[in-house]
Amino acid sequence: MREVPVIHQFDTVIIGSGGAGLYAALEASKDSKTAVLSKLHPVRSHTGAAQGGISAALGNVEEDKPEWHAFDTVKGGDYLVDQKAANILTEEAIQAVYDLENRGLPFNRTPEGRIDQRRFGGHTCNFGEGPVRRACYAADRTGHMILQTLYQRCIKNEVSFYDEFQVVDLILEEKLCKGVVVVELATGKLHVFAAKAVLFATGGFGRMFKITSNAFANTGDGPAVCARRGIPLEDMEFYQFHPTGIMGLGILISEAVRGEGGILRNRDGERFMERYTPTLLDLAPRDIVARSILTEVRNGKGIRGDRQIDDYVHLDATHLGKDTLMQKLPDITGFCKTYLGIDPADDPIPVLPTAHYAMGGIPTDENGRVILDNQATIVEGLYAAGECACVSVHGANRLGTNSLLDLVVFGRRAGQHITQYVKSAAAVKVDESAADEARQWIERITDGSEGPHGGHISDEMQTTMMEKVGIYRNEKEMQDAVDTIQDLRRRYREVRVQDRSSTFNTDLLEIIELGNLLDLSLLTAASALNRRESRGAHSREDYTERDDDRFLQHSLAYLENDTVRLEYKDVDTSIWKPKPRTY
Amino acid sequence: MNIIIKVQRYNPETDNAPYFQEYTVDMEPNERLLDALMTIKRFQDGSLGFRKSCAHGVCGSDAMRINGKDGLACKTLVKEVAANDGDTVTVEPLRYMPIQRDLIVDQSEFFKKYRSIKPYVINDEEVKEGERLQSQDERMVFDDTTNCILCASCYSACPILEKNTNFLGPAAITQAFRFLTDSRDTNYKERFVILNGPDGVWPCENHFQCTRSCPRSILITKRINSIKTMLNNQHKQGESS
Repeated sequence: MREVPVIHQFDTVIIGSGGAGLYAALEASKDSKTAVLSKLHPVRSHTGAAQGGISAALGNVEEDKPEWHAFDTVKGGDYLVDQKAANILTEEAIQAVYDLENRGLPFNRTPEGRIDQRRFGGHTCNFGEGPVRRACYAADRTGHMILQTLYQRCIKNEVSFYDEFQVVDLILEEKLCKGVVVVELATGKLHVFAAKAVLFATGGFGRMFKITSNAFANTGDGPAVCARRGIPLEDMEFYQFHPTGIMGLGILISEAVRGEGGILRNRDGERFMERYTPTLLDLAPRDIVARSILTEVRNGKGIRGDRQIDDYVHLDATHLGKDTLMQKLPDITGFCKTYLGIDPADDPIPVLPTAHYAMGGIPTDENGRVILDNQATIVEGLYAAGECACVSVHGANRLGTNSLLDLVVFGRRAGQHITQYVKSAAAVKVDESAADEARQWIERITDGSEGPHGGHISDEMQTTMMEKVGIYRNEKEMQDAVDTIQDLRRRYREVRVQDRSSTFNTDLLEIIELGNLLDLSLLTAASALNRRESRGAHSREDYTERDDDRFLQHSLAYLENDTVRLEYKDVDTSIWKPKPRTY
Repeated sequence: MNIIIKVQRYNPETDNAPYFQEYTVDMEPNERLLDALMTIKRFQDGSLGFRKSCAHGVCGSDAMRINGKDGLACKTLVKEVAANDGDTVTVEPLRYMPIQRDLIVDQSEFFKKYRSIKPYVINDEEVKEGERLQSQDERMVFDDTTNCILCASCYSACPILEKNTNFLGPAAITQAFRFLTDSRDTNYKERFVILNGPDGVWPCENHFQCTRSCPRSILITKRINSIKTMLNNQHKQGESS
C-alpha cells in the first residue's frame, strides 16, 4: 500500500530541540510561522546533560575581556578556528548569559548576588598568563538549566512542537531548500514539512564510538541527511575525547571538578600534568589532557599499570571538601555514588577519556547559513546551529563551556537571520513525491524479507571507530577503519526490522540512526586519513607535528555514493598568527 | 549472571490487552537495568518498545515501574533489583498514562498539567544592568526543585491519582514551588488560583511516595506542604485585612 504523506506548510521548520533549536525557535517564532520537530520530547535533549558551565567574560569575580576569551578559543582550537567567528562568540557571550539570567536561569551567585564564575580548561587571563574565572554555572547542571529555561520560554511564547518526529530527508532543489521529510514515531506515517527556512540543530554523533558521554539519541541525523544530499561536512576528523569519563561507562565527569581544584593522579599518586603543561596543569585544554592520560597508561603508569587500553587514572577531589562538592558538584557526586559506589569526598574517581564532542559538522557562516563549497556558496533557506554545525569556533579542539555558548549565540543568530529571510523569500511548493526516496528507504528496511539485525553492525562500527579513529591515530589503522566501515555499510543494506508494526517502531528508528552513524563514521575516518599532520584532537603517530604549510585548512568531505571526496578551504587567521601551542 | 527480565508488552495493533514476556540476559551486577533492556533490543527482540536517551539519569526518558517501584532504568543497577543468578526483574510502564506501546506511555496529560502552572519566571520589569541580582541564599531556597527532569516517576508513584485523575500531581506542584519562591518572580497570584483549586495541592495526603520515587532526590512532599502553608498564610492575611 502506498501511503500518501501528510503535507504541512510553515515559514520555518527547526529540527532538534536542544539549546540551539530552542533559542532559534524563540527568535524565529516571533514573527514567522514556526514548527520545532524533535525525535525526543524537548526536555530530553542532550543539552540537558551539559554540566560545568557557559563562559562569558563578565568579569564578575576577576578581570576578564572578550578578547582574551577569543584568543583562548583560537589557541585552544590549535589555530583552526575562524577568528572573526570566535570574536562574535565571545563578544556576544556576555549579553547571551544576561539574557539567560533574565529569562530565569538560576545561576550560582557571588556574595554580591551576581552570577558566579569558575575556572575551566584552557581559559586564561591576558593571553595565557594563568587560569581565569570565566565559566558561569548553575551547580553542575548548567546545560539542564539552559534547556529547562529555554523550553519554559517556548511554553510562554506558545511555540509549536512536534515531539517524536524523526527527520529522514532534506528537500533541496538546486541551491534552494524547500523542506524536510520526517517519520512520526507514534504512527509510522511520513510527513512532508514544506518551509522557506529549515534549521538543523540535531546535536552530536558520539554514538559512533564505543565509549561515549553522548546520549543514545546522538546519532548525527542532521549532518547525515545533509551529506546524502550533497552538502559537504567540515572538519569531521576533529572529534573531542573528554579526558574524564567514568571508567568503562563513559559517563561524563565535568571538567568543573578540576576547575574547582580536582587533580589527576597516576598510580604513584603523582600529579602528572605538571610534566605536560606546567602553567595550566590539570586545566590544560582537553585534547592535551586526554593524550597525557593515555600516555601515562601506555607507560605503565595507569592505576593497574598493565598498559592495557582500558587502564585508567584517578581524578582526586577528596581535598575539595563535602561542602564544595554539595554546592558546586552535586550531580557528579551522585553519579559516583550511583555508578561507582564511591563518594568523591572520600575516594578518587577512576577516569578514562570518553568520546564527547564533534568539532566538525555542517558548514555554516556566522548567521547559521549552510555553505555548499569552498567558494562560500550559500544554500538558500538552509541553516544549521549547535554541535551539528561547524562555524567554525572550535577549530581542532573545543574549550570546555564553549559548546553551551555556541548553542545560544549561534542558535540566536540563526533564528534572527531566518526571521529576516522568510519575510522576503517566496513561498515554497512541495508535492507528495518529495517523500519518495525516504519511503523507498523505509520500505526496503520493512519489506518483510529476512535480513541481519542492526545490533552487531552497530557494535562493530563503535569498536572500530574507538580503536582505530580514537585519540591516537595512524595511516594503517585509519585505512582499516575506512575499509571496515565500507564493509559494514554494504551489510547495512541487507538489514531488516524485526518489528513490523507502525506504532512506535523504535526498531525502525534505530536502523535509521545506524545508517546515519555509518555514513558519518565513513566521512570521519576518510577525513582523518587524509590529514597528514597532528593538530588539536587529531593526533597522528606517523605525522606528529602540526603542518601549517599544508594543513592550515578546513576539510570539506563530500559523500558521493560510496566514496568520499575531500576539498579544503582557508581558515580565517586575520587576527592572530598561528604560534606553537604550549600551556 | 543470568537474570530474567519480565516485561509488560502491548501493541495496540495486535493485542487486546497487555501481557508479560520473559527474556533471559547475561548481566554484570554493576550494569544498569537499561543495559539489560538494550541487550534484549539489540540481540534478542528488536520489537521491544521503550524510551531512552542519556543513560545516566539526567534526561528522564526511561522512567518505568521496576519491581513495582517507579524510577529510571538507567539509574537502577542490576544488583539493586536482582541479587542472585536466576532472579526475575519485573518491568512495567508508568501508571495513569495511556500505554502507547510496551513501556511507552502518552505523557501529554502530565505535560499539560506542568504547563498549567506557568513554569517560567514572570517578571515584566525591565532589567537596568545586565543581570538581576539574587543572593546565593535566595537561590538555594528553590535549589533542589530545579533538579526536576520531568520524568514522571513521582506522578506514577502518587496514590492520589488513582482516585482523582485530575489532581495536578507532584511534579507540576514542585515546579510551581520552584517559580513561586524564586526572588525574581513577581506573579504568584495566577499560580495560586490553580494550586488552591480542588485539583491543586489539597488532594495530597502526604503519602511521601513521590519523594521516595524521585530519582533526583527532590523533597517533593515537603514542597507541596510549603505551598499549602503559603496558601493558608495568604488566606489568613486576607481575613485580617
